[in-house]
Amino acid sequence: MIQLDSSMQFHPTQLIKCPTGIQGLDEITEGGLPQGRPTLICGSAGCGKTLLGMEFLVRGATQYGEPGVFISFEETVEELTQNVASLGWDLNQLIAEKKIEIDCFYIDPTEIQETGEYDLEGIFIRLGNAIDSIGAKRVVLDTIEVLFYGLSNVAIVRAELRRLFRWLKTKGVTAIITGERGESSLTRQGLEEYVSDCVIRLDQRTHDELSTRRLQIVKYRGSHHGSNEYPFLIDKDGLSVLPITSVGLNHEISIDRIPSGIPRLDTMLGGQGFFRGSSILVTGMAGTGKSTIAAHFAASTCQRGERCLYIAFEEAPQQILRNMRSVGLDLAPYIQQDLLHIQALRPTIQSLEMHLVQIHRWLNTFQPTAVVIDPISNLTSSGSLLQTKSFFARLIDSLKAQQITVLMTNLIAAGMPLEHTEIGISSLMDTWLEVRTIEGNGERNRLLQLLKSRGMSHSNQVREFRLTSQGVDLIDVYLGQNQVLTGTARTIQEAADEQARLQRQQQAAARRRELEQQRQITQAQLAALQIQIEAENVEIEHLLQEESLYEAGVLQDRETIAQLRQADQP
Amino acid sequence: MNQPNQPNSATDEKWQLRLYVAGQTPKSVTAFANLKKLCEEHLQGQYHIEIVDLLQHPELAKQDQILAIPTLVRRLPPPLRQIIGDLSNREKVLVGLDLRPLDEE
Repeated sequence: MIQLDSSMQFHPTQLIKCPTGIQGLDEITEGGLPQGRPTLICGSAGCGKTLLGMEFLVRGATQYGEPGVFISFEETVEELTQNVASLGWDLNQLIAEKKIEIDCFYIDPTEIQETGEYDLEGIFIRLGNAIDSIGAKRVVLDTIEVLFYGLSNVAIVRAELRRLFRWLKTKGVTAIITGERGESSLTRQGLEEYVSDCVIRLDQRTHDELSTRRLQIVKYRGSHHGSNEYPFLIDKDGLSVLPITSVGLNHEISIDRIPSGIPRLDTMLGGQGFFRGSSILVTGMAGTGKSTIAAHFAASTCQRGERCLYIAFEEAPQQILRNMRSVGLDLAPYIQQDLLHIQALRPTIQSLEMHLVQIHRWLNTFQPTAVVIDPISNLTSSGSLLQTKSFFARLIDSLKAQQITVLMTNLIAAGMPLEHTEIGISSLMDTWLEVRTIEGNGERNRLLQLLKSRGMSHSNQVREFRLTSQGVDLIDVYLGQNQVLTGTARTIQEAADEQARLQRQQQAAARRRELEQQRQITQAQLAALQIQIEAENVEIEHLLQEESLYEAGVLQDRETIAQLRQADQP
Repeated sequence: MNQPNQPNSATDEKWQLRLYVAGQTPKSVTAFANLKKLCEEHLQGQYHIEIVDLLQHPELAKQDQILAIPTLVRRLPPPLRQIIGDLSNREKVLVGLDLRPLDEE
């Protein structure tokens, strides 16, 4: 047993894989399709089978130096060339360069009469000839089950297909075979019987009038693979599959700080701004200045020479530029420098999954370090609560994994509790700014407050948020007399306070004068009393002198009398 | 690879038939034998059979849209007709070649 185990270690499951070059597909297949083996791509009409096959060949020819053969049973060379021209692929050029060879099989059952035994050696000869003529490493057969409709002898077709797929393996080419989806089976003609190494299913589903394309790897013999249904997108750059489906929390964390674009806000955020790679939510009601905060963040990103992707779900790019100019922020230079990309689209145009793929694609092509989504609230209209939650979790997750800072704005309807965000994504957010308006004295004023900011000491103070033609300004609100005042009310209150202060000053001065007078009077009285005391002292002295004189006089008199009487000495 | 037929006048060869094979396989041999026999019976002196071995001329398979082996193509008279298989079903070959009317003559 031990020996068996060790021998298995020596022989790891090294299935060589053939990279498709299709965005995302190589990630979920962990490297690509099984090299030298056929892969079945099944799906209903119009779900992108042919395109996937063609992209596999074009990417192979242009990126991996592997020429490829496309065998079409449905479309002509002209049709195929035209169809992919919109994706920027010049098939004629690739054919001329001997990188791609296309052979179209034209089968019309009405023109073919079957009499007796035959085989399909013609396919083998044509395919073999095409492979050899350009040294092909990749082959696409699209859609080979047409043979079942063109030929009546199904037994022969089945036997020949089995032989064909075996033969393809001996040729060492990596093949894609497309098949139409069946009612109860993967393909109508059960092609999965013959092609069992790797089966990929494409699907297009419509929910609430929004269609989503999905890709699933049904089977991949000898390899790990993602087993979920992955949404994919077909756009002007071809196919792109979204590999993110799970929420992981093991991404790198940065301690690098980036400014918010509003200096006073940075002060509130511990003096240095947001963490790089963090997620920031700005909530507020309509017209509270959320977009302005977002635009300042975008501008500050561009100022540092970093790229910022601005996804606008409400306004057209030109409108954003105009509006921001009104608060003294000119974004146009950043667009010219290719630092700022504004992508405006309606949230309802596609499903959330498609949005996710779309954003993923933009991230890949533009490589921004910051993303602004303004606002996310509209996205909820294209999916259920659960879908929206999952959408944001995956989006934020993938952004964090790439250390991309994301700032999202969210519109809250009036009357909602302050801390309520309908999609409940606040827990996913690292920093949460609340912009509020308060109405009073016939005006509305904006207040900005930090509800949370993970991992940094931040201000707990409410600040007044002002939009001026010179830009955004955050100022202290009036805090006094147990109330918070902003705007004109603050100014009025401040004036009233000043007046009261002056009054108090005057009153104090008067009182002081009064007291001074009183003091002087008292002092005068004191002086008078002093004089009196002195006078009385003199009087006392005088009296004492008189008394002693009298005493001395009496004694002398007595002695004199005694002398006169000649009294004896005692 | 040219296997014609009758020393009759070339102008009478209004049936141009081409049989595509891939090497000397039993099916190909049978097909040729069946074809030859049928032509002799119905088109004597008016046909020309050309045998194309795709193993030697693989590019012709693409050019002439050959799928199955053996394939018989009626090049003339128009329109182009394809019959695949070893031509063992006589009836079907006749239908495929549009030889019915001729048969009735």
